[in-house]
Formats: sequence, structure tokens, C-alpha cells
Amino acid sequence: MSTPDTAPETVQVPEVTVLFAGDSGDGMQLTGSQFTLATALARNDLATLPDFPAEIRAPAGTLAGVSAFQVHISDHDIFTPGDAPHVLVAMNPAALRAELATLVDGGTVIVNADTFVERNLAKAGYDHDPLEGDDLDAYRLIRAPMTSLTKEACKELGVKPRDAERSKNFFALGLLSWMYSRPIEPTIEWIEAKFKGRDLIIAANKAAFNAGHAYGETAELSDHQVIVRPAEMPAGTYTNINGNTALAWGLVAAGQLSGLPIFLGSYPITPASDILHELSRHKEFGVTTFQAEDEIAAVGSALGAAYGGHLGVTTTSGPGMALKAETIGLAVSLELPLVIVNIQRGGPSTGLPTKTEAADLMMAMYGRHGESPMPVIAAKTPADCFDQAIEAARIATQYRTPVILLSDGYLGNSSEPWLLPDVDDLEPFPVEFASGFNQVDEEGNEIFWPYLRDEKMARPWAIPGTPDLMHRIGGLEKEDGSGNVSYDGANHAHMIAVRAERIARIPVPDAEVCGDSDADVLVVGWGSTWGAIAAAVRRIRNGGRKVAHVHLTHLNPMPANLGEVLSGFSTVLVPEMNLGQLVRILRDEYLVDARPVNKVTGQPFTPAELQQVILSELGDDT
Amino acid sequence: MTDTLLPEGGSGDVPPTTRADWQSDQEVRWCPGCGDYSILTALQLLMPDPGVRREKTVFVSGIGCAARFPYYMDTYGMHSIHGRAPSIATGIATAREDLSVWVVTGDGDALSIGGNHLIHALRRNVNMTILLFNNRIYGLTKGQYSPTSEAGKVTKSTPMGSVDHPFNPVSLALGAEASFVARTIDSDRKHLTEVLAAAAAHRGTSLVEIYQNCPIFNDGAFDAIKDRDTKADAIIPLVHGEPITFGVPAEDGRATKGVAHDPATGGVRVVEVGDGEGRLAESELLVHDAHNPDPSVAFAISRLTDAGYLHTSPIGIFRQVERATYDDEARAQLATAGASSDADPAERLSALITGADTWTVV
Repeated sequence: MSTPDTAPETVQVPEVTVLFAGDSGDGMQLTGSQFTLATALARNDLATLPDFPAEIRAPAGTLAGVSAFQVHISDHDIFTPGDAPHVLVAMNPAALRAELATLVDGGTVIVNADTFVERNLAKAGYDHDPLEGDDLDAYRLIRAPMTSLTKEACKELGVKPRDAERSKNFFALGLLSWMYSRPIEPTIEWIEAKFKGRDLIIAANKAAFNAGHAYGETAELSDHQVIVRPAEMPAGTYTNINGNTALAWGLVAAGQLSGLPIFLGSYPITPASDILHELSRHKEFGVTTFQAEDEIAAVGSALGAAYGGHLGVTTTSGPGMALKAETIGLAVSLELPLVIVNIQRGGPSTGLPTKTEAADLMMAMYGRHGESPMPVIAAKTPADCFDQAIEAARIATQYRTPVILLSDGYLGNSSEPWLLPDVDDLEPFPVEFASGFNQVDEEGNEIFWPYLRDEKMARPWAIPGTPDLMHRIGGLEKEDGSGNVSYDGANHAHMIAVRAERIARIPVPDAEVCGDSDADVLVVGWGSTWGAIAAAVRRIRNGGRKVAHVHLTHLNPMPANLGEVLSGFSTVLVPEMNLGQLVRILRDEYLVDARPVNKVTGQPFTPAELQQVILSELGDDT
Repeated sequence: MTDTLLPEGGSGDVPPTTRADWQSDQEVRWCPGCGDYSILTALQLLMPDPGVRREKTVFVSGIGCAARFPYYMDTYGMHSIHGRAPSIATGIATAREDLSVWVVTGDGDALSIGGNHLIHALRRNVNMTILLFNNRIYGLTKGQYSPTSEAGKVTKSTPMGSVDHPFNPVSLALGAEASFVARTIDSDRKHLTEVLAAAAAHRGTSLVEIYQNCPIFNDGAFDAIKDRDTKADAIIPLVHGEPITFGVPAEDGRATKGVAHDPATGGVRVVEVGDGEGRLAESELLVHDAHNPDPSVAFAISRLTDAGYLHTSPIGIFRQVERATYDDEARAQLATAGASSDADPAERLSALITGADTWTVV
């Protein structure tokens, strides 16, 4: 233990991963988010991973009730919330027990020592006090009496001890802010804004925060203090964004770019509800949000609004997708624009509502009755959710088709710095509704054919209210062109072929090979695995080995050059948070010996996991 | 920003139309003798009312015999999926204030597979008119019992008789706090037309249950209220502001039956009217008040409908009250929010994404 007068120079590290863990009621998500914001303002690159139970308040003090928030901060650009955390903040014995195994060897454990009493230890399943035994010998332990010091700090404010105790998460935040030299002001300002009008709470939280900060300085912890220098990032204005917020803003932008009012029909479901919440705050953009009675009504209302000339959107997660399937099939038949957002989570059934998975790809591609192809795209990072929301709306409106946009719980909740686009640089895609007759009948009368196709094979979008263009559409098979009901077998076969071709012909960008195009091993990913794959590939290449990475945003149709790209590598690995869905599609479509790498634990891949898989594929010939 | 794209239909004078203008070129394919024909005709005769534009009219349906209705109207229309028409119509009506939105549905479509959407449309009071063709049977799937079939009904799926208890659509709608609830009969053109006109004029969700005979799978289900000899005793006509009377008139022309409060149950009951013992004077009868904000009495009247074979049924407008509509309120919120800033859309979007905590790297 060093003393102040012999304090060593503060250590500089390139990156650090901190895991805040506590009881569901301990405010860990809040603490983590605020530490993240302070980190962003300190100009580090960062990535976060919130991880919370499905219960709002699981029994206090139990393992089931542990809520955690991981944040990875660095002086260089990073792609994931990190491998194993370097620092674990455990607010109670359950948090320590639940998360200790994830910590790196030699990592730092900061515990709220006040909570390590017999009752809590028992609830966590400990038959002894881990602070006293040899459990933590492999780690550096900081026992901070957070509760009592917080109460002490709040004493003079007139805050009741029970209320003061609730501020203990700010003590932890203060301590961590000191350890990593985070700026204090943003947190103080945030406390004042967040609890505006509740002066006692503001005072208690500030006192706790300051006490935590002071504790670092005075409790001889200076050998724990490290500096993570600002990352070099491209010039511009940044904000810290999570995937669901980015997706909501992307939809708002899509409304502007298409010139259409937005109609969101949605039913609350974890982890998609935040998109509904966010969009409901932006009515000034002409965004209507309709909280429907169920998932089916949510998509039905969005389809109705689309028929009426709005940009119809519905947001959900896996169970909701299952319920919407019939209506999506109707949208395929009606050839109307519709954006369906699936924030995937662990399944089947209710599964793991608050944990991530990406096992709905097959459902997105094929999960409807009949031959019902439709475009599918997937976002790869939190910020990319903004771009892909726009892309989904662009494809939907330009090609008059429902589009499925896949994200997942990890992307939806985790955050990263986002270099804000100049909104003037976003490409508009204005929509033109049909306005006049487009056909002449046998008697020479001008008429309207709702299924007469343009050069993109899209039918006219003729919205109610347009004189002369009255027409009927429906789920029954239609005669191509006139749109009249047709039971003719040859016409049905023709329409199936047309529906397939018009989706297959939608142009999508070529697949881009990152890394070594002459490598033996190609890693193909989709969706949120981008970060872990990119980080693993970078580490391997930094180690002097060759590897390539292709990431698919457009899953239907796939990039035109993909078959050629795949054929250029002897080994194709496909990491997925499922048991192998894209890998099956690639094998089916391109007859390549693509091999699955799977993870279905409710947690995203870490770079280290993928690094190991790829290295073992490359052979250990260093 | 966004309303410039809406079509110009609806401006200026409405050109006069005839029944033929509302008929599409599609061949009507209901069974001969189906009650749907008379409803279609009544509506096509009603629509040429001054002030109604074909291009501003949308018919939405689900699945079933009734659901073919939109194909036969030369308006905008969508034949959607089973039970979901109210939710699709909710999207249309909320997105488009300028449209007249109609839902055509049946007892299976509205009350069985689509029951949830129906009750929520009614409670929200979205601007739409729902025509519920009730033939008390599944027709298009060839004759299974429906949620309005009487208990004990022998059908293809219930060879030993149905053990399901039926819904009363009017009671259900009143329970869902619908603002306009009516019942009429396919074969009574005059009454049907009057009720449809009132439903169309109502702001909010109107539910009209139309007793509709299926000559193939449930023929005669409504004979008691259609037969000349029995209908006077079978139909309890509801006329706002009038005492509720029915029955074959006495020789002096006075009503022989009526509806009165029932002190024993707190509901209403059918009573004999006249001077004799056990009879009530007409002045003691219930005066129908469709505008009563409390739906309790309307509900009580709806319970006079036979749950089994239909011998007696109140017909008319049960409830017609004003209350805020979902879509008007939703649009008002949009207008309020939109008026909060006069910045151009690009500026607003820029302000949105830079509105959180930001930092700048130079």
C-alpha cells in the first residue's frame, strides 16, 4: 500500500472494462449509464452492455435479482463492451457471487462492505463471508463501507437514513469517477436535472457522489487510480447512443426523407418498448404512435395507415413477430410498404426476455405461410440502427413491400459514441402516390389497374382520397395488372414468380471484404456480432495472421457478389447467436462448406471467444 | 411537411352520384337468397347521399361471406384477414381524418377470431362504422356453429349439439362502452337504411348488428321476427323518446305489450299493457333514451334478446351518445406538438439528434 508522499505516477492504461453489479433496486443501470456519459465526455471510445433480470424487482439480495451494467472504455476505437471486466463493483454479496467468475484474474473487486452481513450472505447462497476467506485471493479487493459512508455524508442534510441509503449507488459512481479521472461536473449537472424539484434527493445524491470521490482520495487507493487517455476519433460532433434510440431517430429521419407522416403501431414488449417510448415523444415530426391492444392490431393498424399513405411501422420482439406473421403475409400480398422491426431476444416462447439472441433470422426469411418473400436487413451496431431504419423505410416505400429490420436486445440497450451525421447529407427518397389512370379498357375508357408494375416491378401506391383510382385489394390471389380476384392456377404461379422476382431484383450493396482478401479463413457475420468479429479479426491481424471478415446487412436479397466472395476462401466461419441459421442459408444458396460458431447463452460473443475459434482454425503455427 | 402529399379529393362541390356509381364491376357471388344482397343494395342506395365522395370512402373487411362486401363497392376497399379489420380500419381512420371508414364483418369474424379488436375499437371510439352481419352460423367454412349460435345447436362440428354459450353482440358492445350501438334486420329496407344513415353520421365507432339470414346453413334463424304473423310480438322496436311498446295491437289500436323497469331484478321486463289486472298503463312503461350517458338501461334492454332460438328481440338504436374519439384526440396531440416549433423539418431533425449530451472532436 503506497502512502500519499510516495505515490507512484498514475498508471496509464489503453483500456479498461468496468462491471457495475447490484440488486435490481440498487440503481445499477442508472449508475452505469451515468458513468458512460462521463466517459463519453472524457473523449474515450466506449461500448456498453446492460444486463438485467426479467423481473422488475426480483427478491432483494438474491442471485436472480442481480442487475449489471458493463462499460468498456478505451483510448482507441473499440467495437464491443469488452471481454472480461477488469473491475467489478459489487453492491451486495449476490452481485459478487453472480459476477465474480467473469472478472479477469488479478482484477479489482470493489464491494459495498456494509452489505456483507449474515442475512445477505445467506440470500446469495454463501455459507461464509467471501471477504474473509480465500475466495478473493486472486483479486485486488477494495472494501468500501458505501452504505454507512453515504449515510454519514447525508446526516447533516436532514435526509432520513433510509432515504440516504438509496443514494449509495452515487457513492460507487463517485469512487469510480475518481479512479478513472472522469469529469465531475456532468454528473453533478445531471443529478440536478434528473431530480429537479426534489432538493433533498439532489443533495443526498451529490453528497454520496462527493463522498465516494473523496473516499478514493483519502482511503489510500491511489495505486488503483488509472488514466485512460482520450481516444483519437474522427472530427465531428458525437453523442452516446443506444440502438433503440438510434432506431427511433432513424424512423423519424425516414419520415422526413420520404416526406411521409409516420404511423407506429406497437404493443409493449421487452426489449423493443423503448422505441415506442422514444417515438411517442416526437409527435412534432408528424409521428403518430398507437399503443394497440395486441401485436396483431399493432401491425394491422400500421398496415392500415400504410394503405392511407403513411409510413407504417411496427416494432416488437420474437413472440410478437410470431403473432404478426399473418398480417405480414397480407402485406406481402397487398404489396404495400411496411417496416417491421424485431428486437430479438432469447427464445423460444417467453424465453429470456431481457437477454440477447439472434435466432429469428429463419423466421424473418421464411416464417410466413405460402411463398411470401420479403426484404430482410439487420443492423450491426447501436449507431447503425439509425442508418438501417432509414434503409428499411427506403426499400419499403420505393419497392412497395414490407421489410423486416432485425436488431437485438444487445444492440437495442447497449451504447456507443455516434458521430452525428449532417442531416442535409442524408439522401431523400420522396414518395409519389399514384394520381391518375394508368390503363385503357377494351372500350377505350381510361381505368386504373392497382397491380400494374413500374420498372422496379412495384405497383402504384394509390391512396384513398385520390379521385378516379378507387380500387379494392385483398388477401385473395389477384390477377396481375388489374388486381381483380383470380383463382386461375396459371395466374397464381405467375404471381408467385413475380413476387419472388421483384424482391430478388432489389439492388443491394456488394459484400465488402475487410481484412486480408488472400486469407484462408473468412468470417461471415450478420447483425450485432459485427463488433466481436471485427475486434477478434483485428487482434489476429495485429498478431501477424491473416483473416478476412464479411458482414451482411442485407440478408434478403443478399449481395450479388456474395457467392463469388465466399468461393475465394477455403474456410468460412459463421458466428451467430443461434444454433446456425445464416450458415444454413449460405450452404443452401451458395453450396459452400460454411461452418457454424454458435452462442446461445443470452450474452453477446466476446472478441476473445471468437479470437480463440479463429486461431484454432488457423492452426497454432506462430 | 407531410400533408402536402394527400390527394386533393374532397375539395369543392361533391358531384351527385347514383346507385350505379357505387357498384363495382365485380360479379356479386353470394348464394341466392342470401341476406347480404339486401344489405349491399341498401348501402348502395344510401351512399349517393349528398356530401359523400366515393374516393373518400373506404370499406375494410376480414374473412367470411360478409367480408366479400368491399369488392362490390366502387370505393376504396381492403379485404383483409380474419378478424383484423377493426385494427386495420383504426390505422386508416387515425392516419386519415378525411376518410369515411366502414368495416364489414360477420359474427365469426367480429366476435370470435376478432373479438379483441372489436371491443378495443369500441372503447377507443375510433371514427368508423362497423356493420356486423349476424347470421348465427359459420357460412364460408360451410356450417359450423358461431359465437352467436344458440346453445344446443347441431352443426357439422357439434353433432351432439353445441355446449357453447352465445354472445349477445349488443350487450357486448354496450359493455365495451361503445358510443353508438344499434340492431336492424336485413329484410327491413326502411329500418336498415335509417339505422345505417344514423350510424354513418355518428362521430366515433358505430356498431350495427344486422340480423342476416343464411339460407344455406342457418335458414329460418330469424323467421319469428320476419314472419308477418309473428313479428309484431317478436320485434321490440326502440324509438328514442318513445315508450317501448310492441305486440299485436288491441282492437282500439293501443299496444298490448311493453317494456318496464323490473323492481325485482333491477333490470327491465316485458309487461302486458292495458287496463286489466296485472297490466301496466302505457304511462308506466320505459321511455327509450338512446342518449342516456349511463348504458345500464340500454344493457338491460339488450338482455331481452333471446339467447336461444330468436323469438323476441329489441330492434333499433340502443345507444347514441357523444364522446371523444381516439383519432380526433390523437391528431389533436400531433397538431399541438407540431405547433410547438416553427423550425423547418431538417432543423428539427438536426436538433433532435444533437439534443442529447454531445461532445465535439476537432
